[in-house]
Amino acid sequence: MNDMTTIAKTTPKDWETDQEVRWCPGCGDYAILKAVQRTMPELGVSPEKTVFVSGIGCSSRFPYYMETYGFHTIHGRACAVATGVKLANPELDVWIITGDGDALSIGGNHTMHLLRRNLNCQLLLFNNEIYGLTKGQYSPTSQVGTKSPSTPFGSVDRPATPCAFAMGAGARFIARAIDTNKNLPSVLKAAHAHQGAAFVEIFQNCIVYNDDVFAPFTEKANAGPHQLWLEHGKPMLFDGGKQGIALDRKELHLKTVDVVDGDWEAAGVIVHDVKNRSVAHMLIDLRLVDGFPIALGVIFDDPRPTYDSAVIAQNLEVSKGKTPDLQSLLAKGQTWTVEKDNTVFG
Amino acid sequence: MASVAQTLESGSSAAIQNDESIVVRFAGDSGDGMQLTGGQFTLSSALSGNDFATFPDFPAEIRAPQGTTFGVSAFQINFGSGAIDTPGDAPDVLVAMNPAALKTNVGNLKPGGLIIADEGEFTARNLTKAGYTVNPLDDGSLNKWVLVKFNISQLTLDAVKPFGLGNKEALRCKNMWTLGLALWMFDRDRQPMIDWLNGKFKKNQVLADANIAALNAGHAYGETIEIGGQVKRHHVNPSPVAPGLYRTITGAEAVAYGLVAGAQLASMPMFFGGYPITPASSILHYLSALKEYGITTFQAEDEIAAIASAIGASYAGQLGVTSSSGPGIALKGEAMGLAIMTELPLVIVNSQRGGPSTGLPTKTEQSDLYQAVYGRNGDAPMPVIAARSPSDAFDCAIEAVRIAVQYMTPVMLLTDGYIGNAAEPWAVPDMSTYKPFPVKFLDHVPEGGFKPFSREEKLARPWVKPGTPGLIHRIGGIEKQIDTGHIDYSPANHQAMTDIRKAKVDGVANSIPDQDVCIGAAGGKLAVVGWGSTYGAIHQAVSRARAKGLDVSHIHIRHIWPMPKNLGELLHSYDKVIVPEMNTGQLKTVLRDQYLVDAKPVNKVSGQPFTITELEAAIEGALA
Repeated sequence: MNDMTTIAKTTPKDWETDQEVRWCPGCGDYAILKAVQRTMPELGVSPEKTVFVSGIGCSSRFPYYMETYGFHTIHGRACAVATGVKLANPELDVWIITGDGDALSIGGNHTMHLLRRNLNCQLLLFNNEIYGLTKGQYSPTSQVGTKSPSTPFGSVDRPATPCAFAMGAGARFIARAIDTNKNLPSVLKAAHAHQGAAFVEIFQNCIVYNDDVFAPFTEKANAGPHQLWLEHGKPMLFDGGKQGIALDRKELHLKTVDVVDGDWEAAGVIVHDVKNRSVAHMLIDLRLVDGFPIALGVIFDDPRPTYDSAVIAQNLEVSKGKTPDLQSLLAKGQTWTVEKDNTVFG
Repeated sequence: MASVAQTLESGSSAAIQNDESIVVRFAGDSGDGMQLTGGQFTLSSALSGNDFATFPDFPAEIRAPQGTTFGVSAFQINFGSGAIDTPGDAPDVLVAMNPAALKTNVGNLKPGGLIIADEGEFTARNLTKAGYTVNPLDDGSLNKWVLVKFNISQLTLDAVKPFGLGNKEALRCKNMWTLGLALWMFDRDRQPMIDWLNGKFKKNQVLADANIAALNAGHAYGETIEIGGQVKRHHVNPSPVAPGLYRTITGAEAVAYGLVAGAQLASMPMFFGGYPITPASSILHYLSALKEYGITTFQAEDEIAAIASAIGASYAGQLGVTSSSGPGIALKGEAMGLAIMTELPLVIVNSQRGGPSTGLPTKTEQSDLYQAVYGRNGDAPMPVIAARSPSDAFDCAIEAVRIAVQYMTPVMLLTDGYIGNAAEPWAVPDMSTYKPFPVKFLDHVPEGGFKPFSREEKLARPWVKPGTPGLIHRIGGIEKQIDTGHIDYSPANHQAMTDIRKAKVDGVANSIPDQDVCIGAAGGKLAVVGWGSTYGAIHQAVSRARAKGLDVSHIHIRHIWPMPKNLGELLHSYDKVIVPEMNTGQLKTVLRDQYLVDAKPVNKVSGQPFTITELEAAIEGALA
């Protein structure tokens, strides 16, 4: 969307504000902020044409720390505000920063409709499986049994899977990343390159209220066997190439297979195709508890025409050949003229 | 006027009675097309040069079970040769298309008034549905009125027989037969209706012809001796009005056009975020067809998204507008606070309806005044304007836009279900007489540096479009530091920012006209103070009371918040103040609070507008 030739080169420093960052020391948000600031110069965009829109929650303080235009809105409504921003000025590069409570609980409706409509923007959902800013209540993504101030005996309701929600809402770009992982910038770049609503779930560690909740797959020791980094056109390998993902053709679900001597083809490992929606569904549903790695990277990427372009196109199309003339609009329809002698002409 | 019944007894069949004004009420099943009949009769009144006011009164159900009392849809019109301000207290003529329509409407008919009933629909089944044990057309229970009954259903079927329609389709032409009869009764030209039918059914000439045949048959029926002796013809002379171009306009149209005009005067493209709700949806419908005026309409997923998207659009440099009715306005409350806190222009239209909760979706009420003035968390001042009539809504919408962009604030425009749906004649305004108020965005770093929350003389902050180099900044709902807009929770800063937000909205009073007195003197025994759609009824009641020699004045407030600067002094110049409202006394409370004036409430919350008679009684009571 951006004309690279006219954009001045920037450095990560150019995307930092003078505002003091007020997250807890050790919060995963710092890593995400750094990754975003590192990525922006590589996107060929200018700070003044960029807008960060957020809702409410720890993650939503993000715009204050980006040297771009920014709007810290109200709880759950970032997607709705962003829709107005983008429709009013489609030239702006719009980023939505939200969290698991903001995007999937109080703002679930707006998230669904933004994805369904396919507004051209990037939506970064910082998922820490907890309400941090309100001091630690369980969230719609918390695992069953999460003990919190509001669930002292453990939560009993089943969590939502953000990427499955996005898939169900009709998102055309779905990716996953980890706050501190080196791959985050490449995922952000892919999200930005996608024309349309790009949904990125970022596993973000809340050091105070939900520390290490993702450790079973993010800890260094666990990364190999439990992280499946997807790349378009590449076989779905993990665990240093010793294991891969294959299709159980009889049961029609994914399975892990051992790869001997690097011969993944012999093991039946699938090659990742970001346009394959059925496989994307299955990848999103892989769970650690079932012995699977977590699918990460760009899971699905199959662009469709965007909502904003369709709105603009229709506005132009139906206005074609029409000259706005308020005076004649007001006199439209059945009118009559009253003369000085009070006679009436229809 | 002479009653219709009087002429019935005295006149000859050829005579046409001259009347000053007549109130006609068309009532039928919600599938009978009464709103269409009323609308076309209104147009006919306009083309005859009459002044008029209408009152569409229909159920919330789209197609309530046929024949039931709660499925009755009615349309009332008051037309006359003098100024007409209300749809009339009591009808002179009631057209009842079935027993349920008769049952629910006859009680309000003037004594001696005329009932025209379709006896073809007074079947045992329909009588039972309406709760009649015996047929009222036969048992003498309607003796205090003049009853004319004939089988409109059968007469319509006969008239459209040549066109080979099915029974159901053929009966749909009943309303045109009825309209034809009404056109005959009131000495009207049929041709504009025939032109309209040809246009409406241009894709189906058979339907056009059938409806025209029904219309002509109804008219011919009046002409023939069949009812000539029973029903007299009436003629209402044109109303003397200023020369010029006129059209009919409903409040919903006027709001839509006023918003377009306001955006043009502000030199702004408009973004309208809306969500379907009765009775506000028509504003969204009108605007969505006007894209060539630089209008983007967005049907949002809910009321909150509707206002939030409008705020986003205002932030991005368009004129954000949203519209709803009470329940939807309640949902928008938090976002209004965001617009107040971030100081972004926004127009919020509230077409009020009966509440609380779902309340009476299609009935009218003025019970959202507290909600408009006070209904947000925190100290959240917001200007509020109320339209008094369908045509007044045009100027009010322009005024709402002006205040929003000049003061960088959300503004609420109040109308109601009655104003939204009712039609009246409107002298098409000459837009060249309106003073433009073009918006100036800040597009460069001002001397001394850029501060997103710096203030000009109106205390408005600069409006900056994202995309502007050198003016990058962040805004949000958190309390912000004076000038810089950075997050700041400090006690002194919050006090100062709260004071500024209040002072800014209070200052709107400097840009609005002093409160005038509509009729009567400034000062005296009694002021009747109103707002919104009670204008017509108050105006007539005060006029009549003054004609009787009573010392009473009518004051009608457009600027609900902040109020005109002279209002307190004006109210204190009367011995007594009464405040008629279609609520339990909301403006009354605000007036008492603002001016320590002993304002007394006159209230009605039946979902129906005040009648002139009710207000006359209130005036006489207050002066007794």
